[in-house]
Amino acid sequence: MTMSPKEIIARRVAKEVRPGSLVNLGIGLPTLVESYMPPGTTAFFLTENGLIGIGAPPPPGMENPDLVDAGDEYVTAVPGASSLDSTTTFSLIRGGHLDLTVLGGLQVDGRGRLANWMVPGKLVAGMGGAMDLVSGARRVIIAMIHTARGVAKIVEECTMPLTSVRPVNLVVTEMAVIEPTSEGLVLRERAPGVSVADVVGATAAKLIIPATVPEYALS
Amino acid sequence: MKTAQHLDKLVALIPDGATLMIGGFFGVGVPHRLIQGLASSGRKGLVIIANDTDYPARGVGKLIEAHAVKRLVASHIGANPETQRQMLAGELEVELAPQGTLAERIRAGASGLGGILTKTGLGTVIERDKLTVKVDGETWLLEKPLRADFALINAWQADYVGNLTYQLTAQNFNPVMAMAAATVIVEAAEIVPVGTIPPDSVRTPGTLVDYLLERPS
Repeated sequence: MTMSPKEIIARRVAKEVRPGSLVNLGIGLPTLVESYMPPGTTAFFLTENGLIGIGAPPPPGMENPDLVDAGDEYVTAVPGASSLDSTTTFSLIRGGHLDLTVLGGLQVDGRGRLANWMVPGKLVAGMGGAMDLVSGARRVIIAMIHTARGVAKIVEECTMPLTSVRPVNLVVTEMAVIEPTSEGLVLRERAPGVSVADVVGATAAKLIIPATVPEYALS
Repeated sequence: MKTAQHLDKLVALIPDGATLMIGGFFGVGVPHRLIQGLASSGRKGLVIIANDTDYPARGVGKLIEAHAVKRLVASHIGANPETQRQMLAGELEVELAPQGTLAERIRAGASGLGGILTKTGLGTVIERDKLTVKVDGETWLLEKPLRADFALINAWQADYVGNLTYQLTAQNFNPVMAMAAATVIVEAAEIVPVGTIPPDSVRTPGTLVDYLLERPS
């Protein structure tokens, strides 16, 4: 069975979701994480447009125009869901009530700081909720492809504007799991079939390599 | 009691150059009929405070397309190339604000507070030209309150006192914006008799609301 890089990342991140926790998944790759949660793991998913308890997309013809996620896609609300206005939603996000956010990344630097909202010289999209999420969530995991067209995204210093100066907690790519620490970036795990040298070769920041770097499991 | 008013009469209240808060999040919880009326009115020089400028021909995007806006405060403009074009051409001034900071600045304006202190944006380009404040040894970014001349609000139910309820993810910025403007104009999915909405279900008390938009004919 061959898995796409995105599936590998989503499956590995899914293992980080604690039962009963409140979790936010960013637009794009991070939304795949829910599909790979271990059976029986129940978490509540928060969308920053104001819902705790996002459910699966509705069947065609059963959409509610007032029930969407932050990516403007129709969703459902699970039993036990609650709806919130923007001030309450972001009080949860900034106030330490959100257990985990999983976001995409453009660059992560040697201190674990993220850039993910603006590419200088390109379209200016705006940061939406990203700055609040990274500054305020209890745990921040970056789910991203390791390189962009062969160019390293894990770098000594971000050349793109930072999202927050708060270091992220974990970076998960299709090649590796990297943990920013006060000593630097620690290579915790490597993907099946990927060597430590492969990871080092695709990374432009110094990595701390422990004596053993196990392969991560994807089941 | 408020009586429901015709769209043209409500749009006529809003002069060129007015500052408006507009509720909604990418087309959901947006007062679409009020925006359409305003976009068709030929108003110029508006200052718009909203989460986003939606897609080009939808929601707040219609006001951008009509060249009715001179200044915008928003958290996301990425889905609307026309906003980008006007910004780069110098036709539209854009202030990007983190979404939670935007909501809380409006709440400060709504609540008579002089500003808020947040970690969001510290050490990033958002900090530029802003004050930082040290409280008990910890550094915070000072963000100033926002208020508006008008708030255009989308609600689920309204009664003739002006009490409002909201539905699901259509709440978003609406309840807080309804508290932060001098004149509050509401477009509700339905207008119900007074007493129909139980007090515990009221999210915006009617005393805050000035005008209701009448049902489409």
